[in-house]
Amino acid sequence: MTFLTVAAIIAGVMFGIGALCAVYRIIRGPSILDRALAADVLLAIAICALGAEMAINKHTDTLVVLLVLAMFAVVGSISIARFMAKQDAA
Amino acid sequence: MSAGEIVIGILILLSAFLSLAAGVGIVRFPDVLTRLHAATKPQVLGLAAVLVAVVIAEPSWAVVTTAILIMTFQLLTQPMTAHMIARSAYRTDHVRRDLLITDELARDISESGDDDHSDREDEERADQRR
Repeated sequence: MTFLTVAAIIAGVMFGIGALCAVYRIIRGPSILDRALAADVLLAIAICALGAEMAINKHTDTLVVLLVLAMFAVVGSISIARFMAKQDAA
Repeated sequence: MSAGEIVIGILILLSAFLSLAAGVGIVRFPDVLTRLHAATKPQVLGLAAVLVAVVIAEPSWAVVTTAILIMTFQLLTQPMTAHMIARSAYRTDHVRRDLLITDELARDISESGDDDHSDREDEERADQRR
């Protein structure tokens, strides 16, 4: 096994644990802001994992996907935060 | 095993570690503002590390310019998200005030004479001024 393979396996485990933690926070709440924040973290981890896969397998097929995600990831969280009223706490 | 592979591996491990730290922080921290602090770490440094790794793995101008574009958009949009979520959390009382050492925003709000923190009243006041 080369160094890059070992690094890829360790990084995959770390990305996986981080993503599972974000999913746990999306399920548990307690407020909708926590869920929006955790969804944002999940998306950031997905972007990082896609980029890591590209660097390890030496191709650039999903670079455009990264660009679109970086451009439009902002819409969901901002609309939740902007149009949240005091009563919808959950 | 070349030097490039070692650099790529280290950068990917850095990004993965930041993602793990964000996941652990978002589970362990007590309220929205502290979770926000943990959550915004992988979104800039982790992405930067991964993009540098991609550029080292596939060095061409097309990849470099696209990587710069991705980083620019992320740097433009992530602070907006964090700011809006923090503002919304403060105004809807999702803040653990017992954990705050100083609350400078509350002092500023009370000095401006705005007792109620609701957006609707701000907007009404702006309408009246017009």
